[in-house]
Amino acid sequence: MSTDNVTFTNAAGSEEADDYAGSYDTTEGRVYNVSGGDWGTIAGAPDGEHDRIVVNMGPQHPSTHGVLRLILEIDGETVTEARAGIGYLHTGIEKNMEFRSWVQGVTFVTRMDYLTPMFNEVAYCLAIEKALGITDQIPERASVIRVMMMELNRISSHLVALATGGMELGALTAMEFGFRERELVLDIFEMVTGLRMNSAYIRPGGVAQDLPADGEQKIRDTLPLLRKRLKDTADLLVDNAIWMGRTVDIGYLDLAGCMALGITGPVLRSTGLPHDLRKSQPYCGYENYEFDVITKTSCDVYGRFLIRIEEMEQSLRIVEQALDKLKPGPVMIEDKKIAWPAQLSIGSDGQGNSPEHIKEIMSESMEALIHHFKLVTEGFRVPAGQVYVGIESPKGELGCHIVSSGGTRPYRVHFRDPSFTNLQAVAAMSEGSMISDIIAAVASIDPVMGGVDR
Amino acid sequence: MTDAHHPAVPQGVEELDIIGVRHGAFGAADGGDTSGFGGLVDPIVMPAPAIRPFGGWFDEVSDELELALQAGGLPATEAIEKVVIYKDEITYHVRREHLLAFVTMLRDEPGLRFEMCLGVNGVHYPGETGRELHAVYHFLSITHNRRVRVEVSVADGDAVIPSIVAVYPTCDWHERETWDFFGIVFDGHPALTRIMMPDDWPGHPQRKDYPLGGIPVEFKGGTIPPADQRRSYN
Repeated sequence: MSTDNVTFTNAAGSEEADDYAGSYDTTEGRVYNVSGGDWGTIAGAPDGEHDRIVVNMGPQHPSTHGVLRLILEIDGETVTEARAGIGYLHTGIEKNMEFRSWVQGVTFVTRMDYLTPMFNEVAYCLAIEKALGITDQIPERASVIRVMMMELNRISSHLVALATGGMELGALTAMEFGFRERELVLDIFEMVTGLRMNSAYIRPGGVAQDLPADGEQKIRDTLPLLRKRLKDTADLLVDNAIWMGRTVDIGYLDLAGCMALGITGPVLRSTGLPHDLRKSQPYCGYENYEFDVITKTSCDVYGRFLIRIEEMEQSLRIVEQALDKLKPGPVMIEDKKIAWPAQLSIGSDGQGNSPEHIKEIMSESMEALIHHFKLVTEGFRVPAGQVYVGIESPKGELGCHIVSSGGTRPYRVHFRDPSFTNLQAVAAMSEGSMISDIIAAVASIDPVMGGVDR
Repeated sequence: MTDAHHPAVPQGVEELDIIGVRHGAFGAADGGDTSGFGGLVDPIVMPAPAIRPFGGWFDEVSDELELALQAGGLPATEAIEKVVIYKDEITYHVRREHLLAFVTMLRDEPGLRFEMCLGVNGVHYPGETGRELHAVYHFLSITHNRRVRVEVSVADGDAVIPSIVAVYPTCDWHERETWDFFGIVFDGHPALTRIMMPDDWPGHPQRKDYPLGGIPVEFKGGTIPPADQRRSYN
């Protein structure tokens, strides 16, 4: 585009100055920028026969699932070309992690895809554990807790997918139900980790904290309510004629398209391919749990919606099995050179290291104090080399590629976030459809911009 | 190599992959090192190339690769620089001029069938003269349930790698991201523009010579410098 001969005029024809409106010549003809108003009233605008209208939807738009910018070329209500613009939530997490210890990295990754914090943490920790060669030494109880937290997180993530997807299509009751039910899961997270989101609970070597004394029972008590409420949410939409009208045969993407575009997760499974890393490359002991991989063959938004509904059922099954598998035992690796030295507890002045640990390092053992200090400030070293770990997040394959130079900090961490890759399918799913359908298509991908942009 | 701290070179391996040198035991760059190990010099050596037999399915895949390469008139040693096996993961270091042929084979050969590319990302090794920038690709075969990694190394001044978007369209955004963060040019990409940073951003932020940035934080009278200026361990 040439920027020669830029002559800004007030294209809206009003007396008010609009900094964002104007027109200028390009090699493809005159371009008019408008930020509202009726196209017909714009002075000097072409007759409508030869013009191309490019609509910028987002990044601040309630229907674009976060700060996603959709650049749509439209012909009436039909989208002829769609492009996604991202980067509005880039926070440099990968760069920042190169300046923190391996353990501190957990606090960063949990904030990437903020709806799936447990998955980010597990992927990162599994990668570190693989690089350290301690995968087999992770205590059984820690792995069971990880699986339980991940599956609860899968439910909460799918609920938000339904909630925001419903809201974007005008089903506000679905939104209220989805967010209400999600609170049940977040209450469990708060009880176990201390935080609803961004909990930094999964740590290299295990988990930060054992379940509270009555935690297991509380989770058991929540499950029947969650199961009933999930059914209510599903009943609201599954046979709903309006919902089906908006989603059936919308956002079509077949298996070949998914493979070429690297799409994973519910979108891939909606083409009938039962690809689930929990089954094909089990981690954290997923091979010991009974669950089904849900597939549909409709390749459309409705199919992906049904998959999420049924996957939540399967997640509840896994959580129940995990609760049965919970045996007393350590939740952190035995190796004192890796295991975080302290346990947290709640005292009269808030949350902090447990009084027993403080007593030991402050008044009993100088060596314990040195050990604590070294491990917390310096951290452990990971042998030089690179590893990749992929896990099945609610959105697809979440990959963590870490490179170590043998230091106490990552040399490079890269996350292959499923939302980032899946968002590339927007054009394939929605070109040629109505503008309203692009909303349904994006909602069915369920991108979370925190994960896309990192 | 005669350095006492240098690990032994495995038989058959010509040279080690040294990405840098670590000085001192504590790594504190500022202030004195009171540990007594301040003079310690420790080369950072990446895992050494593997020698046949690789074990497991690695041999099977490598045989398939070599046969397919030869059928295409390309000796395997020409395309593959070296093979590294570390933590049960296989990495093929591929010369950039043969990357496109290599990944096409990965996708199309029935015995390989890596249907899915999990994208590309960069790693910057400023200490590796002549091959500072690495592009790392991960591939997944759903048919055979296998993963491989492909790595392409280029010099900083000549950071051009052929784009594989024509073979794996999923790499579109991944290559843009790697260009944005590392300045690796993917030749043949349909629209290689920045994706995360604003279009007019100077520099490539994930490179090691690009500072983290940040401002000092004041807290109860004390001042904490930005993360990249704090005393740190290496």
